[in-house]
Amino acid sequence: MDVNEPFRNPNLAERLLKELAADPQPAVIMEICGGQTHSLLASGLDQLLPRTLELVHGPGCPVCVTPVEMIDKAIHLAENRHVLFTTFGDMLRVPGSNSHLLAAKSRGADVRMLYSPLDALALAEQRPDKKVVFWAIGFETTAPATALAVWMARQKKVKNFSLLVSHVLVPPAMRQLLSSPQNRVQAFLAAGHVCAVTGWQPYQAIAEEFHTPIVVTGFEPVDLLLGIHRAMQLLRSGCGRVDNAYGRVVRRCGNEAALNRIAEVYCQCDRTWRGLGLIPASGLRLRDEFAEYDAEKIFDLQSNHAAQTGPCISGLILQGLKKPSDCPLFSVDCTPEHPLGAPMVSAEGACAAYYHYKTR
Amino acid sequence: MNKEQNTFSGSRSALAHPPIVQMAHGSGGRMMHDLIRNFFHAHLVSDQLQKGDDAATLAMGSSRIAFTTDSYVVQPIFFPGGDIGDLAVNGTVNDLCMCGARPLYLSAGFILEEGLAFDELERVLQSMAAAAERAGVQIVTGDTKVVDHGKADRLFINTAGVGILEHDHEMGARCLQPGDQILLSGPIGQHGLAVLSQRQGLEFSGEIISDTAPLHELTASLLAECGAAVHALRDPTRGGVAAALNEWAETSGVEIRIAQNKIPVLPAVQSGCALLGLDPLSLANEGKMLAVVASEWAERALQVMREHPLGRQAAHIGEVKAGSAGWVSLRTELGAWRVLAWPSGELLPRIC
Repeated sequence: MDVNEPFRNPNLAERLLKELAADPQPAVIMEICGGQTHSLLASGLDQLLPRTLELVHGPGCPVCVTPVEMIDKAIHLAENRHVLFTTFGDMLRVPGSNSHLLAAKSRGADVRMLYSPLDALALAEQRPDKKVVFWAIGFETTAPATALAVWMARQKKVKNFSLLVSHVLVPPAMRQLLSSPQNRVQAFLAAGHVCAVTGWQPYQAIAEEFHTPIVVTGFEPVDLLLGIHRAMQLLRSGCGRVDNAYGRVVRRCGNEAALNRIAEVYCQCDRTWRGLGLIPASGLRLRDEFAEYDAEKIFDLQSNHAAQTGPCISGLILQGLKKPSDCPLFSVDCTPEHPLGAPMVSAEGACAAYYHYKTR
Repeated sequence: MNKEQNTFSGSRSALAHPPIVQMAHGSGGRMMHDLIRNFFHAHLVSDQLQKGDDAATLAMGSSRIAFTTDSYVVQPIFFPGGDIGDLAVNGTVNDLCMCGARPLYLSAGFILEEGLAFDELERVLQSMAAAAERAGVQIVTGDTKVVDHGKADRLFINTAGVGILEHDHEMGARCLQPGDQILLSGPIGQHGLAVLSQRQGLEFSGEIISDTAPLHELTASLLAECGAAVHALRDPTRGGVAAALNEWAETSGVEIRIAQNKIPVLPAVQSGCALLGLDPLSLANEGKMLAVVASEWAERALQVMREHPLGRQAAHIGEVKAGSAGWVSLRTELGAWRVLAWPSGELLPRIC
């Protein structure tokens, strides 16, 4: 039986929608994760919520927040003929300053889409003639698997495997958004899968400091409604605290084994986010004892300081300040086939969600 | 070259969209549709080709025939529920059936990679022979080429097919009319997910196997019972139901409306799609049929489909409206309406 089935139940959704409509109160809630944005639009929930409720789409799309400079580094690496470059599918089509990975692949680079970093390690073992690089992308959700891959590479003494690390962390980005003078967000739906790893303790201090409710929320329509419902209750009662509306998956302390593996392999570092700029201690890098697996140290990767240029407003969209439909390029010059910005590419990008479910 | 392509010379677009063929051009989505329109239709001009149906329908003396071709590059060549051999027969048989023809003869062209094991070749040929027998067709001509190791992926097959049209009413992508009803012969997404899971070494609870099957009996009985009330048939292969419906809506200049809760999807496919972030509506099928039937015949057509083993779980999934021409709308399980877009550049492996 599918454990998510009850959380797609239309009757339950209808009941929660009625309760929300019965006590309308204007509120601006940000769903952090792009997966939640997609679920919201794919289910049509965005059309069914009371109009007093505004949901703004957050920066929780790892593909979207990866800066152009890092994409350029990845392409440069992939074009090295000794390298077999691997990563998750969405990263392949994100435009850098003058190309993307799929175009590099069409020109002959060995670029492969994988579902797991452990598959990249297996490839390295099968192909001793190649230097296999996995582009470690994502939030706290994917970091345990990439950490495990490096840890296993060391155990197995695999020498032709490395990571290009672009991991980012959610709580520092939330702090940055809440500290902005332009901030309108009154409550957050935290990303359930990130919290499955980290637990919800890291959010406690943010909720208290900024007096902003944060509700750990899942991905099915009823999950989203439960999260919104709980956020409204907390807003009404003036409680700036964390609550968990995704109890079937998330525990307070998260997944201890995963957290230990991350801590063993990675340490925090400053990282630049597309749209949000440099955020202190918002990323992960390999610890010095794993330097031999760090692609940035093994290969000569010049930093070109390329910046996102042109009329794309993805920076404002990622901060929740604009909606994709506010962009003059949206669905005219910028489409999933001809993306001008990352949020139009990724399966978690807000622009792609609007394009797929809302364009007329 | 049309206007859309000329804009590619603009700096950023050209960089994001280089003037070379990419894998996404073969995915059955919008990029492939544009490639066909902008290149093949531009240079290979013929009324039959422009129609955009699964096969050409041609007059030969007093009879009409259907003629089609398809190449098979699926990887891996053996997958749960089938292999490249039965796929190559069933796929071409189905392209003929979808034009309302009775499939008769097939050709088979083989591109073999140096190093392919004889026993693998033999397995593929055995399954082609069995599939041809099941579909009632004969493979009557063929060709073989061998290329250097590394220049092909073990084995590619091209099949062409001819069939005879035993009815004389016009049907196809241009023939949808407001009021028509949309029927689907069974649960979707199995082939795409079976190939993908085999390739990625994923194991799902509950076996997901390809639905590859010849649909000649299903189409024959539907046409025998409902005749000219059948306005269009399509087997939703690459790009899935989403691509097939969008193509119909565009070609006929109509709106198609479907209801999510009417679309049959096996629980294992649903879970697999949730895990991989895929939409069953965009996944390939190799033994399913979409049918557009005049409203007053819809119930009878559904009954006819359900009487055949390959249509046991057939469902009435939606209807054709004048509405927003060229669009497909989907009523979600929560009762809201949203767009069902063309699948775009899905990063799926070769599936057929």
